[in-house]
Amino acid sequence: MAANNDKQIIDELTNKKYPYGFVSNLDSDTISKGLSDETVRIISRKKNEPKWMLEKRLDALKLVRNMTPPKWANVKFKEIDLQEIIYYSAPKKKTSIASLDDADPELIKTFNKLGISLEEQKRLAGVAVDVVIDSVSVSTSFKDKLAELGIIFCSMSEAIQKHPNLVKKYLGTVVPAKDNYFAALNSAVFSDGSFCFIPKGVRCPMELSTYFRINEAGTGQFERTLIVAEPGSYVSYLEGCTAPQRDENQLHAAIVELVALDSSEIKYSTVQNWYPGDKNGLGGVYNFVTKRGIAHSKAKISWTQVETGSSITWKYPSCILKGDDSIGEFFSIAVTNNFQQADTGTKMIHMGERTKSTIISKGISAGKSNSSYRGLVKINRRAKNSRNFSQCDSLLMGNLCGAHTFPYIDVKNSSSVVEHEATTSKIGEDQLFYCNQRGLGNDAAIAIIVNGYCKDILQKLPMEFAVEAKKLLELTLEDSVG
Amino acid sequence: MLKIENLKCSINESPVLKGLNLNVKPGEVHAIMGPNGSGKSTLASVITGNDNYDVDDGDINFNNQSILDISPEERAQMGIFMSFQYPVEIPGVSVSNFIKTAVAEQRKFRKEEPISSSELLKSMKDNLELLKMDSSFLSRSMNEGFSGGEKKRNEIFQLAMLKPKLAILDETDSGLDIDALKIVASGVNSLRSAENSFIIITHYQRLLDYISPDYVHILSDGKIINSGDARLALKLEKEGYNGVTK
Repeated sequence: MAANNDKQIIDELTNKKYPYGFVSNLDSDTISKGLSDETVRIISRKKNEPKWMLEKRLDALKLVRNMTPPKWANVKFKEIDLQEIIYYSAPKKKTSIASLDDADPELIKTFNKLGISLEEQKRLAGVAVDVVIDSVSVSTSFKDKLAELGIIFCSMSEAIQKHPNLVKKYLGTVVPAKDNYFAALNSAVFSDGSFCFIPKGVRCPMELSTYFRINEAGTGQFERTLIVAEPGSYVSYLEGCTAPQRDENQLHAAIVELVALDSSEIKYSTVQNWYPGDKNGLGGVYNFVTKRGIAHSKAKISWTQVETGSSITWKYPSCILKGDDSIGEFFSIAVTNNFQQADTGTKMIHMGERTKSTIISKGISAGKSNSSYRGLVKINRRAKNSRNFSQCDSLLMGNLCGAHTFPYIDVKNSSSVVEHEATTSKIGEDQLFYCNQRGLGNDAAIAIIVNGYCKDILQKLPMEFAVEAKKLLELTLEDSVG
Repeated sequence: MLKIENLKCSINESPVLKGLNLNVKPGEVHAIMGPNGSGKSTLASVITGNDNYDVDDGDINFNNQSILDISPEERAQMGIFMSFQYPVEIPGVSVSNFIKTAVAEQRKFRKEEPISSSELLKSMKDNLELLKMDSSFLSRSMNEGFSGGEKKRNEIFQLAMLKPKLAILDETDSGLDIDALKIVASGVNSLRSAENSFIIITHYQRLLDYISPDYVHILSDGKIINSGDARLALKLEKEGYNGVTK
């Protein structure tokens, strides 16, 4: 990280000045930057964690030291110096702002542009506490109602305290610390996240959702989400992300693990809108996330994502179809503009017989951005009569952006069927002119064309999320045709 | 309403229109006929602001205002509509959603109150009936998988919904069978009024049997070489272009 950025971070901390107006006087809850055994111990101590958790973290830290960041993705960035990151930052209790009048007007403007309701705005701006800001989380208001059904939905910190056996049993079983560099890093320093447990046969009556927000400068966000669906249960989970505008790059390295036991279903939706950097490519969030689910017999895991933010996105929500007749789905819209880079896709690992997977990926590139779909479909020898269908579409705007598709297919038996379709199209001048001729300006024309292109994925999102996602697409692509 | 003076324009530096004059008053229907390559479709594109064409000289006035520096969407919002010869597909965008957006944008421009959904739907249904179209049409993707005739009817449907002051029909009759042609023509006729005008670009007399024009112009090599009333089109039909050259 450049020296002037260091200075900026230090200035901000020492001057106790926070230019975005959400919270003030944050320094007392922010530990100093750098990664060491001591950092991990401090985090664990702040969370009042049991010894086994601390040991898990320290083991992971050893792995980080022996690993290197993956280099195979089709993205370019300066090496991240782990010693320059602050690993724990928590807004003090009661530092939430009193009303929206005190919130960053830019943020409120953005919310208004997004059409997010006042209640939601309050939530996001930190008036209520339903949101993970930097490293800590307080979870939802419907806890009591959910508890009646035996559903546990709480922060990861709370889960470690109150449900240690469940956490111990499942944490790290789908994404082990050794999985990759960023997973190891997360396993060592994760500070909070969400835990969700749906007991046998229960259908969760509402959408569970978490908003993540990076707030403090120079901090990394390392949240950890674990969802366990017991046999025959169902849950739909939503995840939203935002971050303020900053000149330096911030690291977000999360892990999401889904465990879908026999005949259960987990639906996981993400609308990711981390700060993408400015028009010249300065700043923005590095979104390096490991998301994976394991589906047991007849279980179903469905990932839906709308990725509009981050300067770099590196993520592959995956399904291990372990049980016979299990189903994996991946529906994705990834939009890049200006200098954004996205390398995203999925892995479908078919292990059980008659397992099925569907992949629909829509990439949209504008400006000087680059978007890649990278996917692996692996059908093991034992996974007889399995099926995969993949469709990867790319839409280009202008002549300076790029779209790439990297499908890997590995089929080890002869009774399975794999289909792959890919298209690349450009928003044609003729389409734009047609819309112009009906009275639509370029932004309105692009919005309607892109929404049409993404329609089949937007339909997979829960209603209120779909509205937000549509607006986000429009915001991201504003002014992308000159 | 529309006044074109000495219009010269080119595409990729090759001249297409070479000094064209045209004056269309409110309520008039003008037919423009001419052989392939005479510049008929170019004229429609230039009036609507397609920037593939360069205007080299002359002026286009709409309601006493030069529109050469005005964007295509503003020209549309001012009330200029074109029925495309080759309507484009917009996958995933339903006909109703597209029209809803277009109506909303145009009303916004004219500072009119937004129209209610029920009112809009009623108006869509009325116009579908006018063009003998099924209501399932509304939920189909714009022009995707449409037959030639369906595409053209979709254009006239939009014309009916947007109620422009000036409508340019660019070879709307091509690719239409006789039944579809009659439906389209009766749709257009019912939209005619003392306030709005039509420019009908066509190769054939056929469409003019059903939409009777006030004026017929013969376009050849980028210029209008002959103008007259409906009888000129009949003469053209009988004698060919040689017969109508002055």
